[in-house]
Amino acid sequence: MTATDLTRSARAANHARPPGRRTGARAVSAHTAKYTLLILSVLVVLMPVYVLVVTSFKSGSEIGVTGQWNLPKHWTTASWDKAWRALGPSFGRTFQMAIPVALISSLIGSANGFVLSRWRFPGADLVFTLILFGMFVPYQAVMIPLRQIVQNIGITPGIPTLIFVHCVYGIPICTLILRNYYATTVPEEVIEAARVDGAGMLRTFWSIILRLSAPGFVVTIIWQFTSAWNDYLFAIFLSNTRNGPITIALNALAGAQSPDYAASMAGALITSLPTLVVYILLGRWFIGGLMAGSVKN
Amino acid sequence: MRYRTRRWLPGLLLISPSLILLAVLVYGLIGWTVNLSFQNRHNALPSKGFAGLSNYTDLFTQDIGGRFTHSLWNLAVFTVAFIGGTLLLGFLWAFLLERRARGEGFFRAVYLFPMAVSFAASGVVWRWLMNPGKGSAAGGINAIFGDLHLSFLQNDWWTNPDWGMAAMALPAIWQLSGYIMALFLAGFRGIPAELKEAATVDGASTYQLYRHVLFPQLTPVALSALIITGHVSMKMFDLIMSVSGAQWLTEVPSVYIWQTLLTSDYAKAAAISVILLLFVAVLIVPYLIHVYRVEKAR
Repeated sequence: MTATDLTRSARAANHARPPGRRTGARAVSAHTAKYTLLILSVLVVLMPVYVLVVTSFKSGSEIGVTGQWNLPKHWTTASWDKAWRALGPSFGRTFQMAIPVALISSLIGSANGFVLSRWRFPGADLVFTLILFGMFVPYQAVMIPLRQIVQNIGITPGIPTLIFVHCVYGIPICTLILRNYYATTVPEEVIEAARVDGAGMLRTFWSIILRLSAPGFVVTIIWQFTSAWNDYLFAIFLSNTRNGPITIALNALAGAQSPDYAASMAGALITSLPTLVVYILLGRWFIGGLMAGSVKN
Repeated sequence: MRYRTRRWLPGLLLISPSLILLAVLVYGLIGWTVNLSFQNRHNALPSKGFAGLSNYTDLFTQDIGGRFTHSLWNLAVFTVAFIGGTLLLGFLWAFLLERRARGEGFFRAVYLFPMAVSFAASGVVWRWLMNPGKGSAAGGINAIFGDLHLSFLQNDWWTNPDWGMAAMALPAIWQLSGYIMALFLAGFRGIPAELKEAATVDGASTYQLYRHVLFPQLTPVALSALIITGHVSMKMFDLIMSVSGAQWLTEVPSVYIWQTLLTSDYAKAAAISVILLLFVAVLIVPYLIHVYRVEKAR
């Protein structure tokens, strides 16, 4: 299949389109250029994936300078075994971290988003802006004292500490996503009607807001799961290879001076698998989180 | 809208735990770090007193080998390459897909998927791809250049002492261009159809339509994209640790902070952190003020 084939079928499909200003040869070359660029980009974007997969199934003796891009002569899962032995324990720990983070953050974000959109208090806009700032802070600016604090308040090091930290620093983005969600999907009148019926704030939150939250929760859960899973900065400051998440373990496996590339690549694939599955199954909502991250008004 | 205390107070109570946590762990800790950066505290012992701005001035004048200015230079090269590359590529893809290309869903999904991968993982493969070996020792992308008889394109990638950080930006561009594409695509599709129709009725050519009608409408999106990529760039840490590890050649301020902490020079690490925070604030604060005004005007 070449770019030209695709272009031809694309033009056939576009035949019903209202005619543009460009016709004839110019339109053909524009189409060819467009699909050539699009397909070239796909090849470049997928190039690292090819390398990862191919290299991870090679045996140690095949990892040399020559034939790096070739398919394995002998397919073997030895490197996957080795990578799994190095990453297995932290793989489980990372789930124990990312799942609670995703759930707790969404609940907190829901309460905040509800108050800041539908149960507002004087100065709510200023408070919202101050919360948003927390989203952009370079975490290095809080990391030095944070390390001392979590050591002193006696949270168990490793995963519990990281759950706490990810939940706190996830408040701004979850609040933003759910606030915007409620502001656009829950009409003010519904809240007013509930109030007329004598429902207080908690009652309204519990029996109206939470029941309407599912689509918003999907976005915050995916977002928080992915960022907790992929985090390396908090992990390296607040945990180690024995009690930390998978990114730390992968860095230990792959970061050596002369790394075992086959095992490193298998490890990188293992590390990426859960977030990739989330992306493939729930891509639509994944993008929803990304768009919220751009703070559209 | 008029507020009555009995009505709004429960709301404030409901979010107060979050507010307290953020007040302490964002604003409080920033204050702590700022204070630390003014102390004479260069080891694990308590502060030996107030040091004024000397921790800051020392970074620019006393740092061995100009280490801090070197890390700033690295950050600048990285940032320019990263923002430029990401915005160009993201815009190009959105432009190509904007008029309902066939297979748009497929292209979008492929361009976006790197966002789901951590820098810790993608760094592993990019280190392999950016193998600096040349000629018969060429590996990774250099090997491809060799096979295509484009050996003159073979280069040192991130190991080049002058412009290596531009190569270091490649994985980051790979990772975030799809995101910027999604932003621009949403921008294109948010432009009212009447606007395009009016321009066409007035006899605008395709070029004029884009140049004078559509592109100006995308300025807010471009600003958003600039702010997002800009603050991601300032904080870049995972990628560099994964591709090169902490080393002089690729050191940026956020890696420098980590290295300084390992030697327990707390005040110096704090001073670098505050400078990094100021960089981000210059970018973010005007934006937040804008958001605040928009919200308040509602």
